[in-house]
Amino acid sequence: MKKRKSNIISCINGFKIPTILTPVFIICEVVLEIIIPLIMAAIVDGGLYREENFMLKEFFPPELIADRDKFILVLGCIMILASLFSLAFGMLAARTAAVASTGFAKNLRRKIFVKCQEFSFANTDKFSTSSLIMRATTDVNNIQNTFQQMIRMLVRSPIMLIMAATMAININSELSIIFIVALPILILGMLLLVKIGFPRFSKQLKKYDKMNSDIQENLIASRVVKSFVREDYEKKKFNDSATDLMKAQINAGKVFTYSNPLQLGIMWTSTIVLLLLGGKQVIFTGSMNTGELVSLLQYTTMVVSSLAMVSMLIIMISMSKASLSRINEIFDEEIDIVGKNNDMKVENGDIDFINVNFSYTKHENNLALKNINLHINSGETVGIIGGTGEGKSTLVQLIPRLYDCLSGEVRVGGKNVKDYSLFELRESVAMVLQKNMLFSGTIEDNLKWGNQSATQEEIEEACKISCSYDFVNSFPDKFKTELGQGGVNVSGGQKQRLCIARALLKKPKILIFDDSTSAVDTATDEKIRTALREKISDTTKIIIAQRVTSVMDADKIIVLDKGCISDIGTHDELLNRSEIYKEVYYSQMKEADL
Amino acid sequence: MARQSDIAGKLKGKRRPDNPLKTMKRLFSYYGKSKAIFIIAVIIIVVYSAATIGASYMMKPVVNMLKDTSFVPDERYAKYLALLMGMAFLYFLGALTNYIFNRLMLECSARVMRDIREHMFNHMQNMPISFFDGHTHGELMSYYTNDIDAIREMLHHSITQIIISSVSLIGIILMMIILSISLFTIIVVMGLSVFFIVKLIGKKSGKNFATQQKVVAKVNGYIEEMMEGTKVIKVFNHEEKIIEDFDKINDDLFGVATKANTYANVIGPIMNNLSHIFYAITTTVGVLTLTQGGVLIAFLQYIRQFADRMSQISSQFNFILLALAGAERVFALLDMPVENDEGDVTLVRGYEEDGKFIESNTVDSWAWKTVDKNGEEHFTKLRGEVIFDDVTFSYDGKKTVLKNISLFAKPGQKIAFVGSTGAGKTTITNLINRFYDIEKGMITYDGINIKRIKKSDLRRSLGMVLQDTHLFTGTVMENIRYGNLKATDDDCINAAKIANAHYFISHLPEGYDTMLYSDGANLSQGQRQLISIARAAVSDPPVLILDEATSSIDTRTEKHIEKGMDSLMNGRTVFVIAHRLSTVRNSNAIIVLENGEIIERGDHKTLLEQRGKYYNLYTGMFELT
Repeated sequence: MKKRKSNIISCINGFKIPTILTPVFIICEVVLEIIIPLIMAAIVDGGLYREENFMLKEFFPPELIADRDKFILVLGCIMILASLFSLAFGMLAARTAAVASTGFAKNLRRKIFVKCQEFSFANTDKFSTSSLIMRATTDVNNIQNTFQQMIRMLVRSPIMLIMAATMAININSELSIIFIVALPILILGMLLLVKIGFPRFSKQLKKYDKMNSDIQENLIASRVVKSFVREDYEKKKFNDSATDLMKAQINAGKVFTYSNPLQLGIMWTSTIVLLLLGGKQVIFTGSMNTGELVSLLQYTTMVVSSLAMVSMLIIMISMSKASLSRINEIFDEEIDIVGKNNDMKVENGDIDFINVNFSYTKHENNLALKNINLHINSGETVGIIGGTGEGKSTLVQLIPRLYDCLSGEVRVGGKNVKDYSLFELRESVAMVLQKNMLFSGTIEDNLKWGNQSATQEEIEEACKISCSYDFVNSFPDKFKTELGQGGVNVSGGQKQRLCIARALLKKPKILIFDDSTSAVDTATDEKIRTALREKISDTTKIIIAQRVTSVMDADKIIVLDKGCISDIGTHDELLNRSEIYKEVYYSQMKEADL
Repeated sequence: MARQSDIAGKLKGKRRPDNPLKTMKRLFSYYGKSKAIFIIAVIIIVVYSAATIGASYMMKPVVNMLKDTSFVPDERYAKYLALLMGMAFLYFLGALTNYIFNRLMLECSARVMRDIREHMFNHMQNMPISFFDGHTHGELMSYYTNDIDAIREMLHHSITQIIISSVSLIGIILMMIILSISLFTIIVVMGLSVFFIVKLIGKKSGKNFATQQKVVAKVNGYIEEMMEGTKVIKVFNHEEKIIEDFDKINDDLFGVATKANTYANVIGPIMNNLSHIFYAITTTVGVLTLTQGGVLIAFLQYIRQFADRMSQISSQFNFILLALAGAERVFALLDMPVENDEGDVTLVRGYEEDGKFIESNTVDSWAWKTVDKNGEEHFTKLRGEVIFDDVTFSYDGKKTVLKNISLFAKPGQKIAFVGSTGAGKTTITNLINRFYDIEKGMITYDGINIKRIKKSDLRRSLGMVLQDTHLFTGTVMENIRYGNLKATDDDCINAAKIANAHYFISHLPEGYDTMLYSDGANLSQGQRQLISIARAAVSDPPVLILDEATSSIDTRTEKHIEKGMDSLMNGRTVFVIAHRLSTVRNSNAIIVLENGEIIERGDHKTLLEQRGKYYNLYTGMFELT
């Protein structure tokens, strides 16, 4: 809990001065704003009515008071001056609040982004991408707004309240007792409304989400809806959600409809009561004069409205609590994979799995990999085959420590992967992911992900191995071709080949292909594999594939079945003894041999 | 408080409405039955405004009475009390009417919003598929979120505020003129200066917000891309570089956001303090020129209110412009033409007796029903024969996607389409179910031109399993039943068995009652495809279109469901599109498409013998992308 708070609060670092100055400026503005009606009262009572006693009298020399016109002019000037200062402070506060809140948001956004970069695969799996994006964008924005409201209004309103109340008591302590009655009623009333209204409001939000997800689903599946002729069914479903939302809206709104009359009612009742009692004093006892009574009325209005403002703010802040807790979920997420802080190098491309068990849920009863034992020599080419969900990707992801095994040990270069720094390990183990991605930018930019300082020759060499050199050169802009977000400007097969080139540029000790050539035709696939064998013979190559042809010529082939190694051997050996391998092979090969 | 994303959405569209009056009028037509309620609400708002102005006007006689020495104190107090009573009554009326109109406005705005939403959704359901192609989901969603929210804001708050403020403003101005013409001139100056300042700052602020939105979009885009690519980033140790780049655009955003926020923030204090300045000037001038304190005090109150109302109107005005721009977008959508359906041939159930077809809803045999000009009914038995006769098609009228396609599928035949992405395979199937209409040539179904068949009936006779599987929030059972709303649980389970989905469904935590969320995200892609196959199976159509239906299922599993697929396809006319050529081998005819033209056709054996494109594809000489 303490850590959480410090995480958010530390975001004001670098913007502490504007954060502190904002309330200071605002306090100055409020003070001046409160003084203005005071001067007004002095002008009216002292200048217009020429009362004996009036507010602030003690501040002015008697000779000034004696000269009516001069007195009025001087006070008028003071009043205008006060307004100008108030304006200046107000504008200063506007500026500092803007700097503080956007700076705060900047830091918060960065913190979230950095934390997400630290996430391991397991951490990332817990959050959906869209929810992470929402946290870093919409939620940050909500909090920025709330933060700004806090440093501006949450200071302004209470100060206003206190000042106005003090002034009122100063003018007439007897009559100010009215606050003791009015304020608790207002507070209780607002609390009651919030208490009843808030659950209804959250229900309304839920209905709103439900309706939106209905729409979204309908849009995504528009072809399904049309081909099954389910338009009327969808309409009915939506109309029900829309009506539900309407009902929830009215239901929640009904409660909040009382808040305005409540505030106005209390404000106005206080006004009438003050006039009633104050008037009596003015007329009969003279213990109070008209100007004072009018000022008192104004202060009362201020007190009530600033209290109402405070309660509105509190409601608003509590509504942004949802955003805050979503962001805190990110900060609270414990990074489960941390590398050693050393500069131990990966010596070679040997890989060992020793009694490895793995579970995505970190639970022994839900193993995705069971008792894996495996040795791969540096420079070997290893194929992995098995159905979807049998653990192929899982197995290889343990090598660069994208996940940690539950028990057992994974070794690279003869040493436990946990003993390396993550940087060194992942520099030595390159992986071409199944769900791969190119980023917006040029082809060159993307390839340089593999090595920032790669020369043109190195880039071209990598592209030649991955059979992408020719098609890249067929683009008008060649290596400077813009890829667009997600690499939309190249075909699936081309994308896969570029991803391979990108991994090659790392010059890794171990290179892993996770179904990386599925969209590449078999002839090109073959060419790539030949090039790999010849050009980077020292590198250990692990190839996961659906197509048997992609692994057939590997030094050894691992057959995975339900998270266990069912068999390891060469193509010929497996064709002799592995039922699964045979089945896969014949399902793909039978007719081709025709 | 407008959220950033809202503003982003608004900026995407136009900010200013083209024809505010017409739009407003159309918007009000939605009040329909609630019109009476709305009019009553407006009247009550006017009453409310009058009551509050009246109450503050009472301040003058009340204060004057205090000073009125022409009465003895007792008498004065009695008169004073009478005035207070009047004031209290007005206040009471104000609070009461405030509640009533808020309640009424809530009721009718909520109703109107629902009606607009429903109208929009219903209209969207009837839009042709090309409409959905032409708009991203984000764009379409923003109609329901940004635009509707803007309209709601206006109907619920802005209208009320504008009415109150305008009535009050008129009242305030009148009162001020009555009270003191000379002081009123100060107000005119004040009003004008406020107007210009607001306009000036508004312009600057708008410009800055637009720049801010651009940078926000950039930052959000960057975050989106990097969150999606997070695994790649890890694999390449690229975290630091990414953070470095992020810092740059994050700093940019900070810069423009600070500017935009400053402008937005500054307007409040300026309005507020300007009113103080005028307040001070009025006080000074007033005291110097007036003798009656009550006039001045009342006047001063009006100044406050005047300033409040002015800033109210100016801020509401922006909301109204946004709402009207939103409403215009919504109406433009509602004015888009719906899918045309001129077909009059319908699909009916019935049975055959003595060579004559008799309609009956209890029998599961189908026929096409045509009514000729003389009102005579003709029935054609539903068989599932599809013929393309010299069909040419383009999506945009410019680029031809399909050229002179002729093909023939007899009932029960399996026809496969092979070719690269963009060759036109999916387009052909989209023409059969009339997602798109052809401009040249003819497609017939059981000898009837499909343009003559009622679209819903045509589609009912076609089953589709699409490449991108989409499931709905609901149980597995409900998702299968989507294919046929009348199917019993047993029908659905049987369909699941055919699709080989029964095994994995039974192993889900709650079996067929397992809830699926957000497009079935809790299932693997392969499992989703199996469910969608079951969904098509339960609809039991005579013609089946399988568009890469098994692409996400690995070859071993595919082998296992082959039997199911065979029994599903048995007795039906089937169009298959498959990437994996092994799945199309046993088709009656394989059609190889390239650039919208049929370049080869024949069965597997003859095509291999031809040693053409199919042969090359099959032996892996070319890649299919």
